[in-house]
Amino acid sequence: MIVPKVVRWMDERLRISGFSKATLRRIFPDHWSFLLGEIAMYLFLILVGTGIFLTFFFSPSAREVVYNGSYAPLRGQHMSQAYESLLNISFEVRSGLVMRQIHHWSALLFVAVIVVHMMRVFFTGAFRKPRELNWIVGLTLLTLALLAGFSGYSLPDDLLSGTGLRIGYSVALSIPVVGTWLAFLVFGGEFPFGNIISRLYVIHILLIPGAIGMLLGLHLAMVWRQKHTQFAGPLRSETKIVGTRMWPTYAIKATALFFLTAATVCLLAGLFQINPIWVYGPFDPAKVSAGAQPDWYLGWLEGGLRLMPPWEVRAFGLTIPNPFFPGLLIPGLTFNILYAWPWIESKFITKDREAHNLLNRPSDVPVRTAIGVAGLAFYAVLFVAGGNDVIAGLFNLPLELVTRSLQVLLLALPLVSGIVTYRICRQLKNRGAARHAHGHVIVRTSDGSFETVEPEKA
Amino acid sequence: MTVTEIEEKRAVRRIAVAFAISALAGLSLAAVYVSGGQVQAEGLLLFLALAGLGWGLAEWAAKLLPSGPEVGDYADPPRPGAEREVAEVVEEGWEESFGRRKFLFRMLGAAAGAMGLALVFPIRSLGPSPGTSLLRTAWRRGSRMVREDGQPVRAADLAVEGILTVFPEGQTDQADSQTVLIRLDPSVVRPVPGREDWTADGLIAYSKICTHAGCPVGLYRVATHDLFCPCHQSTFDVLNGAKPIAGPATRALPQLPIEVDDEGFVVAKGDFSEPVGPAFWNMPQ
Repeated sequence: MIVPKVVRWMDERLRISGFSKATLRRIFPDHWSFLLGEIAMYLFLILVGTGIFLTFFFSPSAREVVYNGSYAPLRGQHMSQAYESLLNISFEVRSGLVMRQIHHWSALLFVAVIVVHMMRVFFTGAFRKPRELNWIVGLTLLTLALLAGFSGYSLPDDLLSGTGLRIGYSVALSIPVVGTWLAFLVFGGEFPFGNIISRLYVIHILLIPGAIGMLLGLHLAMVWRQKHTQFAGPLRSETKIVGTRMWPTYAIKATALFFLTAATVCLLAGLFQINPIWVYGPFDPAKVSAGAQPDWYLGWLEGGLRLMPPWEVRAFGLTIPNPFFPGLLIPGLTFNILYAWPWIESKFITKDREAHNLLNRPSDVPVRTAIGVAGLAFYAVLFVAGGNDVIAGLFNLPLELVTRSLQVLLLALPLVSGIVTYRICRQLKNRGAARHAHGHVIVRTSDGSFETVEPEKA
Repeated sequence: MTVTEIEEKRAVRRIAVAFAISALAGLSLAAVYVSGGQVQAEGLLLFLALAGLGWGLAEWAAKLLPSGPEVGDYADPPRPGAEREVAEVVEEGWEESFGRRKFLFRMLGAAAGAMGLALVFPIRSLGPSPGTSLLRTAWRRGSRMVREDGQPVRAADLAVEGILTVFPEGQTDQADSQTVLIRLDPSVVRPVPGREDWTADGLIAYSKICTHAGCPVGLYRVATHDLFCPCHQSTFDVLNGAKPIAGPATRALPQLPIEVDDEGFVVAKGDFSEPVGPAFWNMPQ
């Protein structure tokens, strides 16, 4: 066998035995929800692979050209070289379109899986001591994933993404005191910013993926060092970990998961069109399309801009513009609270500063779960509001009614869902506690069968 | 054969089928590429090739390999020499070096701080100073109105309720100068006090840039005489100084004073009434 031979050759030179043996024997707890982060990592690999292919054909240039390619409806139109090169990737480069679509679908799923992974970590208390640092690294990875998405989908220089950029510029402009300078430095000047595409390109293909790669390494190293958390169960405790060994079973399962993840995005990419930039047309600062929605993970920000009432602060000759509140204050608060959450919780809610390897069930900590559900409800309403015009059109309702209802829901739904969640968790917790206190009661019925009943009914 | 042996045999057969499907799909994928490529076929074949591999390996791990559960320890066994806390080692080294030389340590801090500050300055190269660029547009007294293709606009070009996107002549690349020119029935316009002579023959001109987040206010709804921004649905009353009547915008669209010159061309009488576009912190109020 060649593999053991290679390993022996390496071991004789690099003495990898000590570290590698421990690695191969490592135990991973089994639970479907522990695979979410792994899927995100595989999507990152797919994004890097397809992204490298795309860089060979994309030209990040704002230079104006006249299109003369094979897509007839746009022939003769003036457009940037960036947009033209994207049309060429889609229509001229063989297997270019499937690569582009795999890249875009993977990006959408990448953010989605990270969000679900984070929800799992939050609701099971996996961020508690000793894993607070990894929570911070994970949140930073989410931030970077959002920036990667925004910078990437702005690159084609089509009408939709150009509109996204100008909204981003307006939000940057709205920051008190530093907004004008910040917007000019980030975008390289006043709208429509000559060289933003080349700037975004460097950010998208070098800075962000580099940072994601490094932090991903750190994220994994910390999981490695601290070992994965597990749910309570037979033999499992704060000191004993139960699961599958790294080699060979877990490694082969993980490889299988990589292929299945890749298979899923390829199926989506082949059968479901995504971001058809040739339909939107090239960017023109004097044009805009109706019913325009950003990629899903920016929907909550777009929804906030749409739901914000027409208020802004004007005092002492200074202005805090309207887009500042939904565009920066809400996301700023969101991420700050999330970053601080492990400490907020241990100081004010659970008063628990012990290290944990066993996970909570969501009902174990009703306050945390209630706050989490309320938060999700808040962002869900914002997300829906990002498509208020689509909803109004779909159900034939007046736009103002839809907007007004969503404004009310934005305040009411988190409150109601939080309270209901809290009640349910309390009940589940009490029931569990009662069962632990009294044990199960098995009774024999008159016809001879057995049945488990609640202790208090026995 | 025992039950497990039968099950194992079945698993082996299924895994072999999965890998065979994958191999066939892989070969077909190559054939599709050679014959010119086709996105749906490529997606489907990639799916089959990858899913075959994934399914086969997953089944292999689940049915043919030991699956535990195995038990291990969370804490690694203590290593020799690990008894002394790392913090102690750090503290000792600190005392030996910086702790004993407070003056030098402060000088080191000053040098590092000064260099750090100097390294911030190149960020300034990333963009120009905002200066007055947000306060002014390319419109000047006497600027002739042209369409996006550079063709000048005559007053007679627009019928009542007609709308055009216009720029100052020679400045069609100045995005901040984009303007909507609308012809109204002169009897319905209620001019803002002080702007009675800013319109000509029912022609009225407003900045096309939404005062909320900067999208072009692209949609003119004739029935209600309002301009609607499709991005965040701010709505501006054209008859009443383009004041916002719905949506998140808080400020009216700036108005451009216009007149018709002797040759019948529409010209500006100056720049906009206020800075155009989204607000910023030190915007004149």
